[in-house]
Amino acid sequence: MSRSCCISLYHLSFINSERAFVLLCFLNHRLSSPRPPGYNMASTFARVFSSRARRVGILSLVGAGSLATGFFFNRDYVGAASQQRKLYPPSAEYPDLRKHNNCMASQLTPAIYARLCDKATPNGFTLDQAIQTGVDNPGHPFIKTVGMVAGDEESYEVFAEIFDPVIKERHNGYDPQTMTHPTDLDASKIRSGQFDERYVLSSRVRTGRSIRGLSLPPACTRAERREVERVVVDALNGLQGDLKGRYYSLTQMTEQEQQQLIDDHFLFDKPVSPLLTCAGMARDWPDARGIWHNDQKTFLIWINEEDHTRVISMEKGGNMKRVFERFCKGLQEVERLIQEKGWEFMWNERLGYILTCPSNLGTGLRAGVHVKLPRLSKDARLQKILNNLRLQKRGTGGVDTAAVGSTFDISNLDRLGKSEVELVQIVVDGVNYLIDCEKRLEKGQDIRIPPPISQFK
Amino acid sequence: MPFGNTHNQLKMKYSAAQEFPDLSKHNNHMAKVLTMEMYERLRDKQTPSGFTLDDVIQTGVDNPGHPFIMTVGCVAGDEESYELFKDLLDPIIKDRHGGYKPTDKHKTDLNPDHLKGGDDLDPNYVLSSRVRTGRSIRGFCLPPHCSRGERRTIEKLSIDGNSLDGDLKGKYYALKNMTEEEQQRLIDDHFLFDKPVSPLLLASGMARDWPDARGIWHNDSKTFLVWVNEEDHLRVISMQKGGNMKEVFTRFCTGLTKIEALFKQKGHEFMWNEHLGYVLTCPSNLGTGLRGGVHVKLPNLSKHEKFGDILKKLRLQKRGTGGVDTAAVGGVFDVSNADRLGFSEVELVQMVIDGVKLLVEMEKKLEKGQPIDDLMPSQK
Repeated sequence: MSRSCCISLYHLSFINSERAFVLLCFLNHRLSSPRPPGYNMASTFARVFSSRARRVGILSLVGAGSLATGFFFNRDYVGAASQQRKLYPPSAEYPDLRKHNNCMASQLTPAIYARLCDKATPNGFTLDQAIQTGVDNPGHPFIKTVGMVAGDEESYEVFAEIFDPVIKERHNGYDPQTMTHPTDLDASKIRSGQFDERYVLSSRVRTGRSIRGLSLPPACTRAERREVERVVVDALNGLQGDLKGRYYSLTQMTEQEQQQLIDDHFLFDKPVSPLLTCAGMARDWPDARGIWHNDQKTFLIWINEEDHTRVISMEKGGNMKRVFERFCKGLQEVERLIQEKGWEFMWNERLGYILTCPSNLGTGLRAGVHVKLPRLSKDARLQKILNNLRLQKRGTGGVDTAAVGSTFDISNLDRLGKSEVELVQIVVDGVNYLIDCEKRLEKGQDIRIPPPISQFK
Repeated sequence: MPFGNTHNQLKMKYSAAQEFPDLSKHNNHMAKVLTMEMYERLRDKQTPSGFTLDDVIQTGVDNPGHPFIMTVGCVAGDEESYELFKDLLDPIIKDRHGGYKPTDKHKTDLNPDHLKGGDDLDPNYVLSSRVRTGRSIRGFCLPPHCSRGERRTIEKLSIDGNSLDGDLKGKYYALKNMTEEEQQRLIDDHFLFDKPVSPLLLASGMARDWPDARGIWHNDSKTFLVWVNEEDHLRVISMQKGGNMKEVFTRFCTGLTKIEALFKQKGHEFMWNEHLGYVLTCPSNLGTGLRGGVHVKLPNLSKHEKFGDILKKLRLQKRGTGGVDTAAVGGVFDVSNADRLGFSEVELVQMVIDGVKLLVEMEKKLEKGQPIDDLMPSQK
C-alpha cells in the first residue's frame, strides 16, 4: 500500500476498531476506484499528513469524537446522533430538475444521485450542498450556467462521477478521466502582444488561486476564511518593486479608502447574484474579505469573494504582453512566498488549478480587452468570427451585463485544456484579427470569417 | 442544512475565538445575547438531526440589522433546537417576548366564544381583518434545515390533511404545478406567496429548492388559506374584507381544530409544549404564533406625535400594507398585536379588537378637529 495508507494504519492504532473499519472502507474505496494514468491519489493524502499547513491530519479524515461512528453508513454522517435524522430513499430526495437548464441538471441522473448522496468529503461537504445552487437557479438568460460548486479540493474526487461529466460539458469535451492540463506561466513566449490603442482601451488578465488545506467559499468556516486572509495578506506584504502594495480589509476600511477604491473600480461588493448566494459564498459578509493592490494600481487581489483569491493584472491601453508579464511574475512571487510558510496552491495534473466553480478549472484565466468595434459590432458575422477565434464578448460591466455603445469586453472562452500562454496568445491573435476586420470595414473592404481554432491537442 | 455548517467537527479544529463571528456592527437579539463563553460552550453540540449553533445564528450574522424592527437573528432547525440551545434562545425569548421567563407557562385558548365583541369594527375605517398563525409537524425538521424528502412529505401530509368540508371545503395549488391562470387568480386574490426575497429569510436556508413542495391551499370562499412550506411548515390564515374580526377568528379556530384532528388521524401532531406553546421556525413566532390584525385608515392619527406611544400602550404594532418589510401607503396601516407568547390566542385577538376600536374613535375625533387627550390608554 502507499505511504499514506501506512501512516493511516499507524494512527488507527489509537482509535477504536469501529472507526478503523470505517477508515479502511474509505481508503479501500479510494484505492479501488479507477483512476487515469498520471493521477496520484496518494498525493492528496500525502499532503494531509506531511504538510505543516494541515493542523490535524488523520482527524480530518475520521473526525473527532463520535463523528466516525456511522461515518459512511448514514445519509448525514456528521454525528452518531444524526442517525436519528429522518432517512428517505434517494428517489425521495432527488431534486426536481424538469424546468432546469444548467450543466448539473443535464448530467445528474437519479442513478448518479443515488450513488453519491450518502457520500461526503473528509471535511463533510455533501452532494446536496454541491448542487444546491443549481437546484435553486434553474437557468440564466444569457449563458448555460454550471449549476454546482466544490466545497473543498476533495469534492472534485469524491463527487467525480458528477463533476467529470459537468466539466466535460462545460469545457467542450475535456475529459478529466483521460486528459491532463498544461500549466505555462512563461510570459516571454507571447508574440505581438501590443494592441493598436486607437481601438483597445484597456487590457486585463485574471485568474484565481485556492490555498490547499482550507475549504472553499461555499463551505469554509469563519476561522478558515480568516486563515485564508491571513496567509495571503502575509505573502502579499512580501512583494517588492512594482508589485509592492497594501491591503484594505472590507470590515476596516475608512470611508475615504472605500470611495477611492470605488473610483478606481476596484471595490467588490457583497454578491447579489443568486448563483453565488445560493451556494453559500456570501455567508458572514464582510468578515475576512478584502482587496489588496499595488501602489501603481496595476495588480490587484480580491480575497474571499467567489474564490480564496482572485488575481487581476490590468492597465489602460493595449500592452497585453506587459499585463501578462506582471500577472505571471506576481503569481509566481505569491506562490513562492506562501511556500516559504509551508502552504501551497490547490493544483493537480488533470484539473489544473482548483477553484470553486468548475467553469474556472485549469487556468482559471480570463484574459481580455475593452475594445471599440463600431462597424464590426453591427456585422452579422461577428458572433461566428468570435466563435471560431474561441473568444466571447461581454458588456463592459462584466459577466451579467450587456455592451454599451460599441465597446466590448472580448476575452477567451476556454479555461481548461490549454495553458495560460496558449490562451493569452489566442486572445492576442484574436483581438488583432478583430481590429484588422474593423480597419477593413472602415476602408469599405470586406472581411473573412477565420477558420476555427482547433480544440485540444 | 444551511451551507458549510453541517460539518461541525471541522470547526472544532479551530478555537472558539477563531470561529466567533464579528458582531461589532450588529443590532439584533442574537448579537446582544451571544458571548464568546456561550459560543464556546455550545459550538460542538448538535441536535439529533444535526443542526448546530452556527446554523442557528447564520441569519443573524449575515444580517446586522433591520431599519424598522429589531430582528431576532436566529432560527430553529427542529424542535430540539429550542432545548439544546436554550442558553442562547431563552434570553432571546425573554428579550423579545416582554420578559417571558424559562419557567413560565404559556396558555393556549382557541375558543372563539371567549371573545367579547369584535363583530362591529367600523368598515369605513377597517378595510379588512385577518388572523394568521403557523404550525409545525412534530418529527420533521423545520424549513431552514429540512431535506427535500422531508419537505415533500410535509406537503403530502398537508394536502391529505386538508380534506375539509362545509365552509372550509377547498383545493390545493402546488407552486410548481399551477397553471398560468391559477397563478394570476391567486395573485389577484393576494393569496400567492413568492420566493422570499428578504435576506433575513434567505440567509437561514428557508428558500432552498424553491418551489419544490411549496403550495397554497384555500377554501372555495377564499376566506381560509394555508401556506405550505414557506417560512414554516404551515401558515394558517383566516381573512375577509371589513371589520368582523369575530367571524374571522371563529373560522380560524374551527379550521385549526379540524386540521389538527385530521393530522392526528394520520398519526401526526403539531409541535407544542407547555412552556413555549406552538413551536415555529423563528423564536418571534413562539407561543400562539398569532398575528391578528386589520388594514385600517388612520391618516390623521398616524401623523399624531403620540401615535407610536399609543400603539405601544395598546400592545399593538404597525406595518405597511405589504407586510413585515414594507411602509404604509396612503394612511392605511396594518395594525396587529405585538405579542405572541405569554398570552392566549383569545387574549391577543381581544387586544386587537379593543385597541383598533379605540384607534378608530381617535381618528374620528381628529377628523373633527377634536383633541384625543382624554382617550389616551394606559399601558396594557
